[in-house]
Amino acid sequence: MRKTYKFENECCANCAAKIEDKISKLDGVNSAKVNFMLQRFTLDAEDGAFSDALAKSIAIFKAIEPDVVLNVK
Amino acid sequence: MTSKQKRRLTRIVIALVIYGVILMLPIDEWLPYPQALYVEFVLFLVPYLIAGFDVLAKAARGIVHGQVLDENFLMSIATIGAFALVLFPEAEPHMAEGAAVMLFFQVGTFFEDYAVSKSRKSIAELMDIAPEYANLLDPEAGCSYLVDPDSVEVGQTIVIKPGERVPLDGIVQSGASQLDTSALTGESLPRNVGAGDEVISGCINLRGLITVKVTKPYGESTVQRILALVEDASERKATSEAFITRFARYYTPIVVGCAVLLAIIPPLLGAGAWSDWIQRGLVFLVVSCPCALVISVPLSFFGGIGGASRQGILVKGGNYLEALAHCDTVVMDKTGTLSTGKFSVIEAVPARDGDTEVLELLRVAAHAEAFSLHPIAASIREAFEAYGSGVVIDQSCVTDVSEIAGQGVSATVDGMHVKVGNRLLMEGVSGMPGKDPSGIGTLLFVACDDVYMGHLLIGDTLKPDAATTIEQLKEIGARTVMLTGDREDVASAVASELGISDYRAQLLPQEKVEAVEQLLATKTSKKHTLSFVGDGINDAPALMRADIGIAMGALGSDAAIEAADVVLMDDAPAKIAASIRIAKRTMRIVWQNIIFALGVKIAILVLAVFGIATLWLAVFGDVGVAVLAILNAMRALHVERA
Repeated sequence: MRKTYKFENECCANCAAKIEDKISKLDGVNSAKVNFMLQRFTLDAEDGAFSDALAKSIAIFKAIEPDVVLNVK
Repeated sequence: MTSKQKRRLTRIVIALVIYGVILMLPIDEWLPYPQALYVEFVLFLVPYLIAGFDVLAKAARGIVHGQVLDENFLMSIATIGAFALVLFPEAEPHMAEGAAVMLFFQVGTFFEDYAVSKSRKSIAELMDIAPEYANLLDPEAGCSYLVDPDSVEVGQTIVIKPGERVPLDGIVQSGASQLDTSALTGESLPRNVGAGDEVISGCINLRGLITVKVTKPYGESTVQRILALVEDASERKATSEAFITRFARYYTPIVVGCAVLLAIIPPLLGAGAWSDWIQRGLVFLVVSCPCALVISVPLSFFGGIGGASRQGILVKGGNYLEALAHCDTVVMDKTGTLSTGKFSVIEAVPARDGDTEVLELLRVAAHAEAFSLHPIAASIREAFEAYGSGVVIDQSCVTDVSEIAGQGVSATVDGMHVKVGNRLLMEGVSGMPGKDPSGIGTLLFVACDDVYMGHLLIGDTLKPDAATTIEQLKEIGARTVMLTGDREDVASAVASELGISDYRAQLLPQEKVEAVEQLLATKTSKKHTLSFVGDGINDAPALMRADIGIAMGALGSDAAIEAADVVLMDDAPAKIAASIRIAKRTMRIVWQNIIFALGVKIAILVLAVFGIATLWLAVFGDVGVAVLAILNAMRALHVERA
């Protein structure tokens, strides 16, 4: 499953790259893109592992950039 | 400016003012030595904390989450370190510098943030081609009402008023107008549409009211596809972009490691005072953030891709933009790329001289071909109606039509026996020329009652900007090769007319891939790339095989958009040269930023080792460089009109 989310308040491009790197290494994640310019996060994960991967991704966002608001609809 | 940015700016200004006042206070005169130092220490903490409390807080949170080595952490350590130098009584105090570093770091990040949000805005404007609403027609009530384009279903009818954006792809049911396609194609000439014509979303209706039957759901409309393509493009990274991200991952830890070593080892070896070497280490910490590169390089690529899309050139990724910049061979399909792919009568030469003879020759030939569906026949009919004023084909005077495969047509026109075809059909015709008249194209002889009447030369017309395109490609330094299924003599004549360096003629469609492969094999270096340009109709294999596949005239053609790496929205070959120019310019900006940012940082590091670089310079090396690199990257967005 592949889904795209908008986020706000990401203020460091290097941090975005770090977040992307960490999420990509999560179990069940096929690919993750954190687009700093478009403020867009695309998560592609196995169907069964998706919600788990998303929860972990949010935690990673929070850990690296506490101010980021990820719009998970 | 957002309210958040305004609040930050106010805070920075307040801190700057307090800082300035403290700097001017003659504390040394008021108090004796150690006390003066402690008072100054406390005083400088005020602007320091006002400007940097959030940085310190973020750094603390980062430590809690195990995130060391981010910008906030590094800046906190560097400034705290500067204040801590007060503990070394032999050194000059550095509190003023510590507070200043934090202040200027904040000023820098403010500008950086502002520049980023500015560029985000320009990108958003660039992509502002999405329709906001559609006027859905209610056939029973006979009126229309505003709806979300997403909710309109295929087969429903919408109304588009003058000045409105076409919300969905469809076919015009009634009305006529002109459409401005410039947001999609970069072409400023409006396109005429009437009933039965296809319209694509994203265009602007300039004149009349039209009703359109929707043929594609919103999600698959042209606008949505273009937007998805441009957005996805920023996720296909060029090698230089990937290199920067990888580089950033190692750069910070290495520089921080060096900072620690620099602060500890030399004083341990007795090479100088602790305070001196710690200060040099602090400079290292400040320049250890790679943000200038990490923001500006992807931004340049994004700008290049976004700017190109404004010209009707869709590049599917930074990697293709990079490859395009190194393109030294452009292989072009003739039909559809350099020529219009539409037949027309280039020459009509009657056997006898005279003004009326040409019209008569065309009239006879056009009538003989009145019922034929062949494109060549259509071109003769068009030529006849265009040549005479107000003349039309009268089908009632044509009888006994027979088409002879591979030869031509014979028919009875006004009681005369007319033959239109090649030499084989002309057997028994008197007055035939001994040898074929020269010229590029398909030769047709016309005979009336077995007497030679003249000949027609039918050709594929070259696009008006074909020759200038070849010239521009040569200026860029690219070799041009034309592939065609046409005969050798036709190909050679076209090649020499346009000034094309090389051509391959009489190719079957599948042989085009082989030709591309052969050309790929002759590449002189790995760095250079080969692009293949086709109209995407039957050259998908060649588009895929080339380093860069460029599809032309792809407005509305899904297969071509799928197969190609670069999609030209209209069919002007000039866009080929334009896309290579944009690619080269973008890559120049990318390398300027890489060299500038790294150069400044390395220079500061070297100066710091020798104790020449101050913390002030280091702050410029961090945020100053980032702002300049972002401003430079923004240039990539502004693409000159082709």
